[in-house]
Amino acid sequence: MTSTTTAATGADPARKRSTRSSGGSLGRYILIRALLIIPTVFILVSVVFLLMRTTGDPITAALGGQLPPDQLAERIHAAGFDRPLIIQYLEYMGGVFTGDFGMTISDNRPVTEVLVTYGSATVELAFYALIVAFAVGIPFGLIAAYFRDKGQDALLRVFAILCYATPVFFAGLLLKLVFAVWLKWLPVAGRASTGSQIEMEFLPNKTGFYTIDAIMTGDPAVLGDVLAHAVLPAIALGLLTAGVFLRLVRTNVIGTLGTDYVDAARSRGVAESRLLRKHAYRPALIPIITVIGLQIALLLGGAVLTETTFEWKGLGFQLVEYIQARDFVAVQGIVALLAVIVALTNFIVDIIAALIDPRVRY
Amino acid sequence: MSTTESTPVAAPAPKRRLRDRIPVVHQLRQSVGLQRGMLITGLVVTAIFILTAIFAPLLAPYGFAQLRDADGPFGSQQPPSAEHPFGTTVGGYDVLSRTIWGAQTAILVIIIAVILSIFAGVLLGLLSGYFGGWLDRLLVVVCDAIYAFPSLLLAIVMAIAISGGQSNLWGGVLAAALSITVVFIPQYFRVIRAETVRIKAEAFVESAKVLGASNSRIMFRHVLRNATRTLPLIFTLNSSEAILTLAGLGFLGFGIEPTAAAEWGYDLNKALSDVTSGIWWTALYPGLAIVLVVLGITLVGESLNDLADPRLRGRRRVAQSAGVVAETSVVPGGTLTAGPGGLAGLEDEATFDEHGIEVKP
Repeated sequence: MTSTTTAATGADPARKRSTRSSGGSLGRYILIRALLIIPTVFILVSVVFLLMRTTGDPITAALGGQLPPDQLAERIHAAGFDRPLIIQYLEYMGGVFTGDFGMTISDNRPVTEVLVTYGSATVELAFYALIVAFAVGIPFGLIAAYFRDKGQDALLRVFAILCYATPVFFAGLLLKLVFAVWLKWLPVAGRASTGSQIEMEFLPNKTGFYTIDAIMTGDPAVLGDVLAHAVLPAIALGLLTAGVFLRLVRTNVIGTLGTDYVDAARSRGVAESRLLRKHAYRPALIPIITVIGLQIALLLGGAVLTETTFEWKGLGFQLVEYIQARDFVAVQGIVALLAVIVALTNFIVDIIAALIDPRVRY
Repeated sequence: MSTTESTPVAAPAPKRRLRDRIPVVHQLRQSVGLQRGMLITGLVVTAIFILTAIFAPLLAPYGFAQLRDADGPFGSQQPPSAEHPFGTTVGGYDVLSRTIWGAQTAILVIIIAVILSIFAGVLLGLLSGYFGGWLDRLLVVVCDAIYAFPSLLLAIVMAIAISGGQSNLWGGVLAAALSITVVFIPQYFRVIRAETVRIKAEAFVESAKVLGASNSRIMFRHVLRNATRTLPLIFTLNSSEAILTLAGLGFLGFGIEPTAAAEWGYDLNKALSDVTSGIWWTALYPGLAIVLVVLGITLVGESLNDLADPRLRGRRRVAQSAGVVAETSVVPGGTLTAGPGGLAGLEDEATFDEHGIEVKP
């Protein structure tokens, strides 16, 4: 792949110059990637909108049995759900692009407000889970690659498959049972105990990220409480992703360990551990970063399940609540927001990969 | 896959024995040591799962929706005992029976979901890759967008669209299967499209065109037959993902009603509150069932994947396995070959069906 590209650019002096001056070509690359977000988000939001509307209008779905037919029709008319679907669609898309996702039906709040309130909890959970995933996945992946086809490798690979095979909610239930119910080391559910929550509630400028808020209260007990609540959900969600990271690091490091420059370094007497950590690991990072971008989707899907398991009041938890209330406007809004997050993350990952390795830009 | 009934087009290649052409058997013979252990473990677990699903009515002591027997009601949240080896659930069902019956629901969903997505994905991929143009570009963008999206969320949206969220056995199974199908179509689409684009440029396709073969004949007879070699692999990986998605849907409350069928995710959802009061048996067994089945299928898929990739394959037997290679090239001077495990091993080692390819002696 690379050799053909260089051959082609070598024959064309103009293109050769443009690839050398990385500033212009990187800017162009970022622009193209940024423009590609628009169709992705557009398609996802459209698919979600059309699928959700195949069930009928949201008001009948939410309040169907509870209101007499004439009142129901009145509410449907007031909300504009009796107009042609195409007009509703255009209006909704227009709203989405200006940041307006409509009003929830069950508790009559702007969807945007719901997203801001609960989004921080989900981001916090995902952040902790990623820490667990990196801390477990990368060192174990390196070990598995180094002891390729030996006992350690076999053990770690089975561990990785187990991480994937265990549904996050089952892992969560087991963790809860052992560490919260039997051993009583950690809290069973929630993001913080009531006392800490009250203390954080009185902060003048709270962020919604409990860790930051807890630090701002200046009370170590509150911080400890918040962190203790995060341990089990982070492990449950983190292990799911750790399995993927482990396999990814293993495969890519096996590839780089076999290269000539690693042999050359070894012949110069570079220590084995340094060989593994620096020479083999660094070049393997690029494919790893690219795939991590794809894992964000897995992580968000897992977050929905983890939040339900641990009553972690984030977007996923709220999503399930709205589904049970059959409030499809809210569901649509949350799913659309998650689509935007996924598209943005993929964009950022592409840019990071391009910054690290100029070859990615072609 | 369907190699036995077709007849070779050109000069007959050295015919491989039947046992070598059945996908898994070939890989089993090819594997060594650790890899063979993983493959065999996976196959055994998968076989137990399939047998459990088929013989569930004989194996399960009670029905999945049975609440009482001759001695009266089972009682709610009873710990494991002689009558109920795995205890009873909060709703008063027998956990062992529901765990066994759950295998049947899981396999039904896998079969429907995977067959539907193979049909849709392969057909779209074939059309898209073969004809190209605006249809191709549109489908690629749509599939990429769907592929990037969290599959569970997409399945939730689909489940709402299909059933409004609740359903009986067939409604529920079908809703779950269709939800999973939508998630999987892009995967089949991408693989088949990429293969189609590659094969379309081969000389034998051009020859068929010159001979006046119709587009549909070229697509289904010449291209599709050669594009299916990665399907068994995606099939196994998707089966395990299908089980996880089904369980996830059930856990979030899109499950199949307990009176209609047994579903592991639903049971785990109901076990959520039990765990807080220290009741472990309602969560442990359905959960373990999911883990074991996914583990078994994934082990098979992983092993097949490793064996198909020479860089990951155990090193000793590469030379032997590189023997069967479809020589597809029509470059003057014969095919491009390399030593054992070299180019030939990289490119076409796992080709099952060389028929339809113009083989150069």
